[in-house]
Amino acid sequence: MSFWIAQFLTGLASAASLFLVASGLSIIFGVTRVVNFAHGAFYMVGAYVAWSLTERLSGAFGWWGGVLLAAAAVAALGALAEILVLRRIYQAPELFQLLATFGLTLVAADLVVMLWGPDELVGRRAPGFTGSIALFDQMIPAWDLFLIALGPVALGLLWLLFNRTRFGVLVRAATQDREMAAALGVNEKWLFTGVFALGVFLAALAGALQLPRESVNHHMDLRIIVDAFVVVVIGGLGSITGAFVAALLVAQLNAFGILLFPKISLVIIFLVMAAVLAVRPWGLLGRPDVAQRPPAATSARPWRPLGGAGRLAMAALVLAAAALPFVSGDYLVIAATETLIFAILAVSLHVLLSVAGVASFGHAAFFGLGAYGVALAVKGLGLGMGAALALAPLVGLVGAGLFALAAARLSGVYLAMLTLAFAQILWSIAFQWVEVTGGDNGVLGLWPAGFAAQPAGFYWLTLGLAVLVIGVSRVIMFSPFGYGLRGARDEARRAASIGVSPGLMRWCAFAIAGTGAAVAGALFAFLKGSVFPDTLAIPVSVDSLVMVLLGGVQTTLGPLAGAVAYKALSIWLLSQTQWSKLALGLVILAVVLAFPRGLVGVVNQWRDRWLTQRRPGHGEPP
Amino acid sequence: MAAQQLPSSPPTASEPAADGLCVDGLNAWYGQAQILHGVGLNVGPGEIVALLGRNGAGKTTTLRAIMGLVRRSARQLGFRGADIGPMPPFAIARRGLGYVPEDRRIFTDLTVDENLETGRQPPRPGAPQWTPERLFELFPNLGRMRDRPGGAMSGGEQQMLAIARTLMGNPHMVLLDEPAEGLAPRIVEDMAAALLALKREGLSLLVAEQNLNFARLLADRAHVLAGGESRFSGTMAELDADPDARDALLAV
Ligand SMILES: Nc1ncnc2c1ncn2[C@@H]1O[C@H](COP(=O)(O)OP(=O)(O)OP(=O)(O)O)[C@@H](O)[C@H]1O
Ligand SMILES: [Mg+2]
Repeated sequence: MSFWIAQFLTGLASAASLFLVASGLSIIFGVTRVVNFAHGAFYMVGAYVAWSLTERLSGAFGWWGGVLLAAAAVAALGALAEILVLRRIYQAPELFQLLATFGLTLVAADLVVMLWGPDELVGRRAPGFTGSIALFDQMIPAWDLFLIALGPVALGLLWLLFNRTRFGVLVRAATQDREMAAALGVNEKWLFTGVFALGVFLAALAGALQLPRESVNHHMDLRIIVDAFVVVVIGGLGSITGAFVAALLVAQLNAFGILLFPKISLVIIFLVMAAVLAVRPWGLLGRPDVAQRPPAATSARPWRPLGGAGRLAMAALVLAAAALPFVSGDYLVIAATETLIFAILAVSLHVLLSVAGVASFGHAAFFGLGAYGVALAVKGLGLGMGAALALAPLVGLVGAGLFALAAARLSGVYLAMLTLAFAQILWSIAFQWVEVTGGDNGVLGLWPAGFAAQPAGFYWLTLGLAVLVIGVSRVIMFSPFGYGLRGARDEARRAASIGVSPGLMRWCAFAIAGTGAAVAGALFAFLKGSVFPDTLAIPVSVDSLVMVLLGGVQTTLGPLAGAVAYKALSIWLLSQTQWSKLALGLVILAVVLAFPRGLVGVVNQWRDRWLTQRRPGHGEPP
Repeated sequence: MAAQQLPSSPPTASEPAADGLCVDGLNAWYGQAQILHGVGLNVGPGEIVALLGRNGAGKTTTLRAIMGLVRRSARQLGFRGADIGPMPPFAIARRGLGYVPEDRRIFTDLTVDENLETGRQPPRPGAPQWTPERLFELFPNLGRMRDRPGGAMSGGEQQMLAIARTLMGNPHMVLLDEPAEGLAPRIVEDMAAALLALKREGLSLLVAEQNLNFARLLADRAHVLAGGESRFSGTMAELDADPDARDALLAV
């Protein structure tokens, strides 16, 4: 019994830091509508800076001062990042800011290794809280008790800030209606900077307060960000009290999951999140999301089929790509194959994102379904490569179809998070159901047969399937069905009135995207000759999103270009420098800043200017 | 049509004084669609001017364009001697130009007191000064529900709160979009009385209105819009005498 109580107290202590991180994330999203992927990075940097300061500053005051100073310093860094990067792209489509914060995350990940080295660092304990206290026959670390008390205190302080100060009232007002707040004289710019700095302060403080509990390492960022996202979504975006309740819940699930349900310990919080969203699509204490901005991909100008010249150019491009194995060695051919596979993945995500207006944070789910589909078809059913390649996309189709049914009531960030949950659930099945999937050891020996056994042959196969998938998705898009899809995205009510059911259309978009992603996953399995749970993991989802955003959401060729640029660049950087994440992050930030309205936004701007110049008698729009 | 009175000929009643609002050649766009085509108008200090026009004439767009809330360009966009054309909305508001939108846009989660706090700005020399207490004298209803969330108020109460919230910024002038819309007839009279009281305090008002009768209760002068263009500018008496302007106003 007393052991359970001790476990419960450990969970409470974890909840405090989780709450600090998640409330910061939630506040930032509420006001600026930025999904701050870099929040985990700020948490990690807070821990590192606090480690350095507490090592140097002596005495009790030095330790506590160092922790607070670290949080403040990182908050200043956050403000700087907001001013230099985010402030310039608030007008861009919503997900573009996610891309920017992803760039910041990459930069931070390498910078901490550069500055503090790759090894774990163990920090000083908090003066006055070094010992343990006997409670219920168990020794509970005094520091844990401090954290347990800190949680409600932080909640209370935040409540006071938001309800008893002018800053807090303005933040709440701007959360609801930014434009009205501006018309009342509220300077949004500095309000946003202030909110961002506050959110980052909370994250960095949480990171710094972890010093006495665990060692500081450069994996802290991703580990916390996923939990924090889950907390924010379960609690309801923008609700601090919701974040508090959800942090308690998630921390306890983490503490007890491993004891009670060891088989599903890794996935339990995602199962709970899915259950909460099924009952309350806006989280426990959230409320229906009022979109303040058009969704990521609305555009005045829909896609158009290519003209004659465009088709010729595409044909020439495909021919040139097909000639690659004649002029280069195997290494390049294999790299090109991988790039093409990710192009298929990006195009399939793009169908979902731009056509149905659904952002997915878990596209790896369908990629992995394709990969494991191959593995089971070859190892389980004893099929050959051709049959496996035909079967695997069906696995993706079924998976996506079922998921879309389950997610029918959700939209926006909540839907995006549910896709992440779905991917994580599949990942943990792959990881923990060892008898079938081999767990961490994966499934090995999936080699392509016949002509495809050579790199060039497999490259051509991949190229052919890429052309097929991209071609089919374009044909579907330009059919009446495709216009229906986009109609459902732009104006659900009007689409419904002309007999197009938005729900059905969205289901179809998921099915198409899932099938395409599974094709990519199946090819990937044969390229690597093996399948590991990694194919279902978060980096695959993030990479595919980054590729689509980088290339531009509003054209079909965008994700293709984005995939080629991103994958080729990361493969090349990996071979060139030890600091490839840093370089990639800087490239992403440069792209984001050079095209603050998105790549496609720039093109639109040029077109508008050209059009208005040609219309005499009408003023020039500023 | 006697349309082209504006913006070529200078307005009649009061000159575009350095302490009023002076708009000339105002264009505005929603996306690609140009909604306003060279609108001109002016409001002198202490004046109430009505901005009249049918549904869709562009009244709301004009007010939003002056505040910088839609994409716009103008030959002249002067307020109290400053060019507000390049300014973002918050800076325009901080020069003492208030705005009360058509749909009120009360912060529904915030209490009455908190809504008032969002509008608060430092006292402004030469402009009437407001405190919550003074505003509750003007709108006694509000004073009885200071802790009520904005979302739990009637349409009329929200309208009063929206005006009070803007007044907390101690503005020189307020752009009011259809303040009487959706109010019961008795409340409409209260509203007119309240607005006239504001005028006596020295506040100037530009009131977008479809209802000519309500405008008559208040306004010294009127501008008429149709199809995003200026059609008339003059006193209320001149408006009654101008058949073209009256045509532009006839309800659909
Ligand atoms: N958000 C928008 N996007 C596109 N067009 C718009 C938008 N808002 C208004 N319009 C168009 O601009 C024109 C002027 O609208 P505006 O709202 O300014 O009219 P109004 O005079 O205020 O009408 P009302 O008396 O109904 O309030 C109308 O034709 C309207 O359809
Ligand atoms: Mg209007």
